[in-house]
Amino acid sequence: MSLDVSLQTDPGAISQDPMEEARRQVEICNACRYCEGFCSVFPAINRNKVFADGDITQLANLCHNCRGCYYACQYTEPHEFALNLPRALADARADSWERLAWPGGLARIFQRSAAAMAGALVAGFALMFLAIAAIPAGGQGFYAYLGHGAMVAIFLPAFLFPLVSIAMSLRTYWREVGGGAVRLADLRAAALSAGRMKNLDGGQGQGCNFEKEERYTSGRRHVHQAIMWGFLLCFASTGSGTVLHYVFGSPAPYDFWTLPKLLGVPGGLLLVLGCVGMVMLKRKADPALGATGREGGSAAFIWLLGFVGLSGLLLYAARGTALTGPLLAVHLGAVLTFFLLTPYSKMAHGFYRFTALVNDAGAKAGRTG
Amino acid sequence: MTDPATLAHQVWDVVVVGGGNAALCAAIEAAETGARVLILEGAPKAYRGGNSRHTRNFRCMHHGSLGPLVETYDEEEFFDDLLRVTKGETDEALARMCISTSEDCLPWMQAHGVRFQPSLAGTLSLDRTNAFFLGGGKALVNAYYLTAQDLGVTVSYDAQVRHIGIEDNRATHVEVEIGETRYRMQARAVVLASGGFQADIDWLARAWGESARNFLIRGTPYNRGVVMKDMLDQGAQSVGDPTQCHAVAIDGRAPKFDGGIVTRLDCVPFSIVVNRDGCRFYDEGEDVWPKRYAIWGRLVAAQPGQVGYSIIDSRSIDLFMPSVYPPISADTIEELAGKLDLPPDKLKATIAAFNAGCRPGDFHPQKLDGLATDGVEPAKTNWARPISEPPFYGYSLRPGVTFTYLGLKVDNTARAAGPEGLYDNIWSAGEMMAGSILGQGYLAGFGMTIGTVFGRIAGQEAAAHVA
Ligand SMILES: Cc1cc2nc3c(=O)[nH]c(=O)nc-3n(C[C@H](O)[C@H](O)[C@H](O)COP(=O)(O)OP(=O)(O)OC[C@H]3O[C@@H](n4cnc5c(N)ncnc54)[C@H](O)[C@@H]3O)c2cc1C
Ligand code: SF4
Ligand code: SF4
Repeated sequence: MSLDVSLQTDPGAISQDPMEEARRQVEICNACRYCEGFCSVFPAINRNKVFADGDITQLANLCHNCRGCYYACQYTEPHEFALNLPRALADARADSWERLAWPGGLARIFQRSAAAMAGALVAGFALMFLAIAAIPAGGQGFYAYLGHGAMVAIFLPAFLFPLVSIAMSLRTYWREVGGGAVRLADLRAAALSAGRMKNLDGGQGQGCNFEKEERYTSGRRHVHQAIMWGFLLCFASTGSGTVLHYVFGSPAPYDFWTLPKLLGVPGGLLLVLGCVGMVMLKRKADPALGATGREGGSAAFIWLLGFVGLSGLLLYAARGTALTGPLLAVHLGAVLTFFLLTPYSKMAHGFYRFTALVNDAGAKAGRTG
Repeated sequence: MTDPATLAHQVWDVVVVGGGNAALCAAIEAAETGARVLILEGAPKAYRGGNSRHTRNFRCMHHGSLGPLVETYDEEEFFDDLLRVTKGETDEALARMCISTSEDCLPWMQAHGVRFQPSLAGTLSLDRTNAFFLGGGKALVNAYYLTAQDLGVTVSYDAQVRHIGIEDNRATHVEVEIGETRYRMQARAVVLASGGFQADIDWLARAWGESARNFLIRGTPYNRGVVMKDMLDQGAQSVGDPTQCHAVAIDGRAPKFDGGIVTRLDCVPFSIVVNRDGCRFYDEGEDVWPKRYAIWGRLVAAQPGQVGYSIIDSRSIDLFMPSVYPPISADTIEELAGKLDLPPDKLKATIAAFNAGCRPGDFHPQKLDGLATDGVEPAKTNWARPISEPPFYGYSLRPGVTFTYLGLKVDNTARAAGPEGLYDNIWSAGEMMAGSILGQGYLAGFGMTIGTVFGRIAGQEAAAHVA
């Protein structure tokens, strides 16, 4: 076997192209390897000698931007090698989401622009107000404002379309990174890793270097856990409501001591707390170590997610009052926007990350590249 | 940071000169006794930590598994390893003290923020002897700076120490340049840990010869031996050969300073190495590379222009870690010679003669395979396989200096000695006194051991002196 050295980059040739720049830095890391124990990116680097575009995309999506490798690096600026691996991989990652999203142009807009995100939200509100005003309802609880049929007619496509879109993107991703057949064991390994956010713990449980420079903290891991589990609880709450509705013929509204509420209320609280925490951490973190030019879109996404949780909680708190109508429109508007933007916002990262972990589990076991 | 004029207005218990591993260990130990400590680091904050920033592990004696280390590595074996590389050029008492204290260092390092990781991919042979730092030496240095900060140690960056004021065998103050201004820092005790002089190319050229101007310096540009020279000028006793430095063969395209670990090249055993006249000059296959890379620094240094060229064919390109610089490649030897600026006819002749001397046999890249040339001068005694399958690849090699051997003489309490014997209140640690123990050669990971052991002792002793 001969090595394709034409893929190798000159370590001093800093590039504006995200793929080229990430390749340059990854090659330097592969000659150094000091950061091996921080996360799964470095062992994945060490399995290769040269890096094709698909390898870079996979590495970029394995990276969690914990920044441990930046503060530990002896080659950061002003050194001429100008290592900033967290940023190089973040740029390649954001670029991959924009390239792989369908349609890609939407991702390019919503990853970068907070204003676009806010505009989409306002449109979501308006649509729901309009729907509530225009469509005759006639049910109990929330269905007194917007009938069950109308709700399904709006939200079923709004839920399915993003899923289809993401599935298409992930298929392209899998092809680009050269993923092989997926085994159950790989899925399990990925789920375990993602569920504990293993890679955010710094390799030894000391945490990451997100907001306190060289100091390790578990801050980001904790708020990210809150967001993820909060979101999943909310999702489970909606799911359990659907089951109650269709399987047990028990439609909303639900009391507090029912699954939808027992899952949804703590979920909403976790989500809101997590989002507030994340916004605060991001304010302290150095933007020069994150993706270039995506701060706006990424911050707006956290606000949106937090707002979904908050408006849901408010809606529950205000049940039975005159505020229910407007709050319902606002909450459903936010949920609608959130769903529709999933493939084009930071939300997509969860799907890519999980897919990257599955591929990594396969590669570790020596099955794929 | 703190205003230098304010720093100059107080009397410090301990002033530590330098900001690498040895300096930080000393500062932490002293501060833990309650002493008021000032670190004067000559580099700006971004480059703090000297050569310690570039390290990856330290060598540690242990009985049974300890941290990331497996099995046992006892004092005798450690000392034998040292004797072998130094060919006896070591102070046995000092060396044994350093070795036996290294075992306590690992838990101490962990307690002060250093994290370890299993030995890196491709270095399995070291997992018994060398403990690797998670994130490398820069992460270690960061951890120590944070610990020092939490202990109330004051750090001044961009603080170039120029002179140690000494009266009656006692240090009275430290003269330091911060910005454009000179300040006098008053000190009750001083720890000197500012490394070797390898970054002062003029000094290197005076010591080694003019050819040293073509050497690359693998580590920090801030270790210029200013304090060492000042001390020697004041009559401090020295150890180590003042003309020698430790040099390995690295990629000739590496930066002049601070290229660090990534500039190493592992292709030599599978190649032929020629000088700029296109002639071979040494057995490339004498031994496995980890045992030979250190001598190639000197070998290349002795060639015209202090440069060598390692040449392989396509069959060998995947046998070693790719260098951080891509190889120069060509489809014919003439073309390669053109790209490397070598005389094409001579190179062709050298390779033809080498190829003609290769014999059939089994080639085993992972072990000494005994596949040797016949009738070629100098012989290649292992991995001798013809350079015949295009594309051909070439890498340039230059000597990369790791450190210099000249140092201050210290006793087993790390105290430095002047013309009238031991100084009252001056200690030294790390590279600056390592010549006592490493008089010649190098034992991987021992530089950080010496810095940690003697840095800690120096800090404790200095603090006890002012208590
Ligand atoms: C690329 C490379 C890799 C290495 N890898 C290893 C390894 O894995 N393991 C190992 O044990 N050893 C390794 N070494 C050797 C190791 O780096 C040294 O032995 C060790 O770092 C010495 O520590 P020190 O604190 O004495 O010096 P340094 O860490 O070099 O610190 C010297 C300090 O003094 C400061 N200074 C210099 N002059 C002045 C002045 N006039 N005023 C104020 N401050 C000044 C410098 O800025 C610096 O902070 C390596 C060396 C290199 C170059
Ligand atoms: S980030 Fe820096 S220290 Fe870490 S592996 Fe890469 S080059 Fe080495
Ligand atoms: S930022 Fe963190 S997750 Fe990303 S490569 Fe560096 S250490 Fe790994």
